[in-house]
Amino acid sequence: MTEIRIHGRGGQGNVKLAEIIAIAAFEDGKSPQAFPFFGVERRGAPVTAFVKIDSKFIRSREQVYNPDYVIIQDPSILAVENVFSGCKKNSVVIINSDKSPKNLCPGVSYKVICVPANEIVLKVIGKPITNTTMLGAFAAFYKLSKKSLEKAIKINLGERLDKEIIDKNIKAMNEAYNWVSKNYKL
Amino acid sequence: MILNRLEHRIKNIEHRIMKLNSNRQFLEGSHAVAEIIKLIKPAVVAAYPITPQTHIVEDLAKIKASGAGDFEYINTESEFAAASVLLGASATGVRTYTATCSQGLLLMTEVLFCIAGLRLPVVITCANRSVSAPINIWNDQQDAVTIRDAGWLMLYAETNQEAVDLHLLAYRLAETLRLPVMVNMDGFVLTHTYEPLIMPTQEHVNKFLPAYKAEVGTFLDVKNPVTIGALAYPDSYMEIRKQLADDIYSSSDLIKKYNTEFKKVFGRSIGDNGIVEEYKTKDAEVVLVAMGSVCGTIKEVVDELRERKQKVGLLKIISFRPFVDDEIVKSLGKAKYIAVVDKSISLGSEGILATEIKRAAYNRLKVKIQSFVVGLGGHDVTKEMIEQIVFDIKKDKTSGIHFVGCS
Repeated sequence: MTEIRIHGRGGQGNVKLAEIIAIAAFEDGKSPQAFPFFGVERRGAPVTAFVKIDSKFIRSREQVYNPDYVIIQDPSILAVENVFSGCKKNSVVIINSDKSPKNLCPGVSYKVICVPANEIVLKVIGKPITNTTMLGAFAAFYKLSKKSLEKAIKINLGERLDKEIIDKNIKAMNEAYNWVSKNYKL
Repeated sequence: MILNRLEHRIKNIEHRIMKLNSNRQFLEGSHAVAEIIKLIKPAVVAAYPITPQTHIVEDLAKIKASGAGDFEYINTESEFAAASVLLGASATGVRTYTATCSQGLLLMTEVLFCIAGLRLPVVITCANRSVSAPINIWNDQQDAVTIRDAGWLMLYAETNQEAVDLHLLAYRLAETLRLPVMVNMDGFVLTHTYEPLIMPTQEHVNKFLPAYKAEVGTFLDVKNPVTIGALAYPDSYMEIRKQLADDIYSSSDLIKKYNTEFKKVFGRSIGDNGIVEEYKTKDAEVVLVAMGSVCGTIKEVVDELRERKQKVGLLKIISFRPFVDDEIVKSLGKAKYIAVVDKSISLGSEGILATEIKRAAYNRLKVKIQSFVVGLGGHDVTKEMIEQIVFDIKKDKTSGIHFVGCS
């Protein structure tokens, strides 16, 4: 089983990110489970969301305590929560930041990936909602098929957003995917 | 020849299963419930939003707005009003629905007793949540168990598949027995969770759940005038209440019967028989008893402990009302220790399911039964906690209540 924990703040699309990862994994033939832990229901409050991916139906409902992947949508969370809690030696931590891992979190022994998701998303979409960009960065490590990723974005965002914005989200995802592939050893 | 026929039959069955499974989808629990309600086709949906139930009535509003649902959608000013709308609508002989939880369910309390007493087949979903104060929006099961004496059938889902399936069973039971049914699903843990499930098709729903046709003389109809809700004098009130009690208690036979029919139509059972599900209890020394989504976590722990040669099992309660003593005692007969895992508490006493199990076991089982309270107000229930319960019940000589994971 692969376990993913997402940290961010209300309004950044953290829950949606968990859902999209899970939908894409389902489309790839896996049996995922995705659920959020909401803080108080307002923008800016810390939000955690969880995804588990397995080949058979996941029965346990416990939250993710030993993540294989941690996705951090907002680096300011680093100061308020122990986002590395329960990380394993080979856990991958993906952070939305234009800093280098050494500068951002010195002395951390996990594999830390910094992606300038704000920069990418502002250029491609024009709004600082980074979930689909972070999805691309994540997908560069945990292999999900491009077809399923695109389908998952369409399914999950489709009912609320028009086609132009969906396409921009797919583009932002691809840019982050390529950026990570170019700048980090996968 | 015989082999050929057998092969043919197996192929037919495989084809049927494939067809049934072809509608395997990946949905949020609330969305799946809204979708099954769409297929169940109530005539009236009352809505008052409360977390974590909100997505269900939101999705039903979208279904209505898109033209896919042909029901009256009534926004009410409170849950008290939502329940009252359903009472009135159901009394005119139509199928009704709403969802609620927590303070909302408690605000409905007076009307819930009336709906049961008037024998109206209302079905509601309770997205189980804690009760204030302190205010807390997260999951436990305090809300529904607090109104367990209202006269409703109460069913509990472990997964979103079961939540979907139980709604079908609920309407079938409600409309045959003229009794209200509450389907319980853990708030957030199920309502906000995406997981795979098989969404029934309209064709299969129609097969299992015929369109509702209220019996003449049981509903308000200008052509056949009746009085609903008349005064009952001391010489008849007790008789009417006894009838209600008898009908709820004996509904267990019908639950089993409909579960068998459900299995024929959908190719899967709701637990063992719609009432309980035994998981590796046959030779178990320790049996955990629980209801709702925590049963999934417990099953996982049971498997892990079994690998370590510990004889542990789970009895999952699906039907809390009726509380079917015979089924429960039968499943617990061989255990030495019974740990009842509650997500609720009767303050000043113990976990509510624990008391029920003790009552059912009285004079019938010689076994240690202990109350363990977990997960109040969204406190995450981990596999480690469940393991601790299995460890503790064997060691602890007292019969006191344990609050698991409480610092």
